[in-house]
Amino acid sequence: MLAMEYRGPKRVRAVQKPMPEIKHPEDAIVRVTRSCICGSDLHLYNGNVPDTRVGSTFGHEFVGEVVEIGPDVTNVKVGDNVIVPFNVSCGRCYFCKQGMFGNCHQANAMATAVGGIFGYSHTAGGFDGGQAEYARVPYANVGPTVIPPGMDLDDAVLLTDVVPTGYQAAEMAGIQKGDTVLVFGAGPVGIMAARCAWLFGAGRVIVLDKEDYRLEFVRNYAPCEAYNFEEIGDPVLFIKKQTDWLGADCVIDAVGAEAAGNALQTITGRKTLLQAGSATALHWAINAVKKGGVVSIVGVYGPTDNLVPIGNAMNKGLTIRGNQTSVKRLLPRLIDHVQSGRLNPKALITHRMPMEEVADGYRLFSAKLDNCIKPILLPPTVTR
Amino acid sequence: MQTKKIDYKQINGWGVDADPENDPTYPMQHREDAPPRDIFYDRPPQQPIDVEVLHSIERPDVTAVFGATLPPKGLSGVIRRFAFKYSENQYKHWLPLIFADRVDVVEGVLKDLAHGHVPNIFAEKGYPMEWKYNRTAFVTKMATIAAITVGTVVFLNSGKDKKKSKHVRGYRGK
Repeated sequence: MLAMEYRGPKRVRAVQKPMPEIKHPEDAIVRVTRSCICGSDLHLYNGNVPDTRVGSTFGHEFVGEVVEIGPDVTNVKVGDNVIVPFNVSCGRCYFCKQGMFGNCHQANAMATAVGGIFGYSHTAGGFDGGQAEYARVPYANVGPTVIPPGMDLDDAVLLTDVVPTGYQAAEMAGIQKGDTVLVFGAGPVGIMAARCAWLFGAGRVIVLDKEDYRLEFVRNYAPCEAYNFEEIGDPVLFIKKQTDWLGADCVIDAVGAEAAGNALQTITGRKTLLQAGSATALHWAINAVKKGGVVSIVGVYGPTDNLVPIGNAMNKGLTIRGNQTSVKRLLPRLIDHVQSGRLNPKALITHRMPMEEVADGYRLFSAKLDNCIKPILLPPTVTR
Repeated sequence: MQTKKIDYKQINGWGVDADPENDPTYPMQHREDAPPRDIFYDRPPQQPIDVEVLHSIERPDVTAVFGATLPPKGLSGVIRRFAFKYSENQYKHWLPLIFADRVDVVEGVLKDLAHGHVPNIFAEKGYPMEWKYNRTAFVTKMATIAAITVGTVVFLNSGKDKKKSKHVRGYRGK
């Protein structure tokens, strides 16, 4: 089968690989019909995630058709078209029982802090991902969810990560009616977080980024206020001025390790890996939130340390919440939002590329070329 | 710069998920009326461990499922085995893993060459996209890298020539 293969920092290619096999009685094999390149894939692509082995296939955002099931699979059947949440979740451990499907304790042998994630290095379980024609999906009784009749596959594939992560970012922000919500990052997740903030009753939504085309997009899509942080001077001071000198009630970090905007963070976090990614957005988030406010983190950082003003977090009485998204918990509500028209995920898709051109897709997305917001990959078995 | 206020009550779905009781500790905090969440649970059946799996020493065993396609191998594998002797709390775990990843890249190139495949770095890096959408900056960047590379090589070679000629003069001086 054709699959994306990692060869080293900023080097990927499409190759022929062996078909995945059923390895566990609760496995399913899915023929991928859509997969996305995610902003967090760029941390892998840039070589910033420890234990990313050469030969890995990335891709944690994919939908497809079930073509084979293990003997203990009962919740899906061959022929079902399914949304595959990016988390690998057993459904029965201490954490899954609480609805924390992103923190499953039976899905990642290699690290305990993070659960299992498709195509996200051996630090997240070593599972091959969905940027391929076929993928092995463990615990098929738990994660895969049948795509409702009539739902567009382009909407469905964004329900695997982007939509739930943006939604959970807003949920974790503890938004109360009328709150001012500040979102760092106008990538797909930041855009969706801004949109979802309204669902929780925000009174004002502000997005900061440095890409004008993305700011223009989110300004119309969310809709919201959107500013280029390279044009407003000190972004924290700017937000204070915008919020009666108090700061935003809730701040969402939808950027993570690839943040720009601070030379020290960039050099130590992205160029030399002296810290687990550039924590510029998180640094600004802590300083821009109101005293007693909430910082919600969905931006991805590495497993070591980051430079952030934790003393300010204590002095301001902040609540800091973060997690890998519990996609399975959120899917019923989000499917309803999509079907009712409150959310329109597929509007984020700007590029559709054949899987053979996966290297071009990564470069396009990574370098933000051609006004790229969200690229999806189409396997050769899918009508393009 | 846009400063237009948005009439949020006109936004489709505004406030439909508002939850005044959204507790910052949710879902970590145990609730009195929540169903029991026993830390002992029926472990899923074990995926056969038919390849080497390095597991975190912060857990007693390999998880019921795991990715099995890329077991550790070669020099990078040796380094990874070393890393997994230490907990996730230690740099001795993470830094060797990052180093192993870089060694793995070199091993990957050598493996490609051993199989008679010369990796197409230009294509693997997606440079056709830079050429198509960002040509001026791309050409400038490549030219700068080329100039620095050539300059470095010339500089290093000129150093060698000086040493050589110095040595020859010294010999003649005798």
